[in-house]
Amino acid sequence: MSKPVIATTSLAGCFGCHMSLLDIDERILKLVDLVEFNKSPIDDIKRFTKPVDVGLIEGGCCNSENVAVLRSFRKNCKVLVSVGECAVMGGLPALRNSIPLKECLEEAYLNSPTVDPGSGIIPNDEDLPIILDKVYPCHEVVKIDYFLPGCPPSADLIWEAVTALVEGRPLNLTYDMIKFD
Amino acid sequence: MTTEKDIVLKHPKDPAALLDVIRDVQSRFGQVSDEAVGRIAAHLKLSEAEVRGAVTFYHFFSLSPRGASTVYLNDSITSRMAGRTAVAQAFEQEAGCRFGEVSADGTVGLFPTSCIGMNDQEPSAIVDGVVFTALTPDKARAIVRGLRAGTPARDQVASFGDGANQSDLVRAMVVNNIRRRGPVLFGAHESGAGLRKAVSMTPEKVIDEIKRASLLGRGGAGFPTGLKWEFCRREAADRRFVVCNADEGEPGTFKDRVILTELPALLFEGMAIAGYAIGAKTGVLYLRSEYAYLRAHLESVLAGMRRQGLLGKKAAGAAGFDFDIVVKSGAGAYICGEESALLESAEGKRGEPRDRPPFPVQTGYLNQPTTVNNVETLATAARIMAEGAAWFKALGTTQSAGTKLLSVSGDCSRPGVYEIEYGLPIADLLDMAGGAGAKAVQVGGPSGSCVAPAGFGRKIDFSDLATGGSVIVFGPDRDIFEVVSNFMEFFVDESCGWCVPCRAGNVLLKKKFEKVARGLGTASDLRDLEDWGRLVKSTSRCGLGQTSPNPILTTLKSFPELYAAKIRTGEEFVPEFNLEEAVQDGCAAAHREPECKESLDE
Ligand SMILES: Cc1cc2nc3c(=O)[nH]c(=O)nc-3n(C[C@H](O)[C@H](O)[C@H](O)COP(=O)(O)O)c2cc1C
Ligand code: SF4
Repeated sequence: MSKPVIATTSLAGCFGCHMSLLDIDERILKLVDLVEFNKSPIDDIKRFTKPVDVGLIEGGCCNSENVAVLRSFRKNCKVLVSVGECAVMGGLPALRNSIPLKECLEEAYLNSPTVDPGSGIIPNDEDLPIILDKVYPCHEVVKIDYFLPGCPPSADLIWEAVTALVEGRPLNLTYDMIKFD
Repeated sequence: MTTEKDIVLKHPKDPAALLDVIRDVQSRFGQVSDEAVGRIAAHLKLSEAEVRGAVTFYHFFSLSPRGASTVYLNDSITSRMAGRTAVAQAFEQEAGCRFGEVSADGTVGLFPTSCIGMNDQEPSAIVDGVVFTALTPDKARAIVRGLRAGTPARDQVASFGDGANQSDLVRAMVVNNIRRRGPVLFGAHESGAGLRKAVSMTPEKVIDEIKRASLLGRGGAGFPTGLKWEFCRREAADRRFVVCNADEGEPGTFKDRVILTELPALLFEGMAIAGYAIGAKTGVLYLRSEYAYLRAHLESVLAGMRRQGLLGKKAAGAAGFDFDIVVKSGAGAYICGEESALLESAEGKRGEPRDRPPFPVQTGYLNQPTTVNNVETLATAARIMAEGAAWFKALGTTQSAGTKLLSVSGDCSRPGVYEIEYGLPIADLLDMAGGAGAKAVQVGGPSGSCVAPAGFGRKIDFSDLATGGSVIVFGPDRDIFEVVSNFMEFFVDESCGWCVPCRAGNVLLKKKFEKVARGLGTASDLRDLEDWGRLVKSTSRCGLGQTSPNPILTTLKSFPELYAAKIRTGEEFVPEFNLEEAVQDGCAAAHREPECKESLDE
């Protein structure tokens, strides 16, 4: 039987959740035995090359590319998991949601103390993704099947969730996995 | 000229004076400025955060200016049904600013507010403390023009309502709309007869009489009044208090307003009887700010009762029974109707509910044993003492004795208050009130139930449809989704914010509900509404959060076909997110053409 396939991505996140995934230490060897990775920054596969069983999403959607990537994950993965605060709720990037986008961009690119006065420009290269009016949590854009809270979720929580998913067994959440302060 | 300093220094250096000081400053200066916050904090030996916390908690207080004159236009569903939108537009046009803002010249501020207890005469507004009912766009424009020309709001009331509304101390255009007088509240009553009878018995016997009458609280929760008094009496303490809950904040209720206007002496008699029964010397009437226009009237009735010897030392001539009543004002907060929040507010603090136990009968006002009772409960207790428990028990049903004062509003030809016997079917009430052809009846306000025509045989009593008194009729053309949305908005605004399920859960419920209402829902969204609704109910700390999902949950139950018609079948998930809309602002800021690739891998 072929191994379950996993894909991961970081959208509007800080890669902290991916770091937390790597924090499983020596269990990474077990993971390699257990699953096969497809599109993911971990193996640097850029495009889906086969159907995927579990997609792990870090970060919410702050620009048009995030949305496109998330939609392609939904299309290619049987199960999608929002991993971490930013994917689940928008997280730190969503702090800008209460400020109009124009003000944010002007503050960052035109009026910031490090900008030479009068020389700033709001980035407009056609190759850049378009920034969204707000930062959206993943489940507002596509259907998300499971949510792993935490900033980041601990390695143990990610390990437990991923292995339970691929082994098809119920989650065993211990207290320290879901204690966040 | 009076300064903020003068006003602040006028008050005692007592933290309990906090709300009184803020109220004075707000009403004189239209705001509580940073400087005033500092002064108040220093004078009362509180932190600035405590002062700011109180100012921002109540609707009628504000850190930023609210204008030389301030219009608070009721935003409840009946107001909308009666033409609020056009009235609001007229206010905005004439004032030259939007709701939530102050006009550029600073003369008029426009603000929305929750139900002000005038549901049978909407649209209504409070302008500088003066109530205006049955507003029209023309009237709205005239009010603003008058204020700008220097005519105070009180001089713009052209005609007065009926009964005590006409008296010199009230002079309000409010009408009572008493449509049905029942034997209990509106029965002939000789002033003081109940109290004199009570003081001729032992306090224990008085409690027994109330227990035998099976009087249940009229404020909503329906707790047995005699038992509450007994618990309170049994607590060992030097001081006990009777508190009358005249906060009447549940949208659609206005029956306590009519009691306060027409039967205040009966209410105060009831408070004195409660005081005698539990062993209290002081009664506190907690009057919602919206009814402040009745305060002078109430104070004068109290003065009259003191003169008659019904209050004060040796009240009703009973040696050793000294009892008097003080009036405390709220400042606009639905949650202050919840008894423990009310006590916090009466003590001059933010009106956040307390943890229970201990219950108010154990640790209440000023941490002393306290009975908190609704206006109608206390007035009814006075009648029970006058006429006897047997007389009372013969009215209503076995489980729900007596009568209930209902506030009926919405799509009916005879809105107003009805004193009915418990056990009355909704259908009969609709007949009385002229609400034929109703599509739905909301019983008990937003926190109650939305009843469909199939349920119009259901009865108003404690075992079926319990209600604090709010009955809102929705005619055949009303959009139930608009009603639910308005009710959820109310809970979102009024949550005190203490617990996450109530503070965040109601926002999420409202968002999800509106997704469904926009036709973007699926069966799974309806499941979420039910699950989340149950979660909010079961994990919230007080009655607000424990009932706030009811507008959604009860309509899901009574109008499943409306929801079924809204949702998309055959689709597992429909996002509310729309990429084309979401990139508009970003494109505009960067001067780019929106061009969105749907997916990377195609
Ligand atoms: C959010 C909330 C608002 C309430 N508002 C009122 C109110 O306006 N008037 C009232 O009498 N009771 C109100 N109650 C009920 C009171 O907490 C309390 O049960 C009642 O005043 C007790 O009096 P009773 O036993 O005479 O009914 C409210 C309860 C909650 C949870
Ligand atoms: S349930 Fe709502 S209103 Fe009640 S204490 Fe909690 S947050 Fe406050």
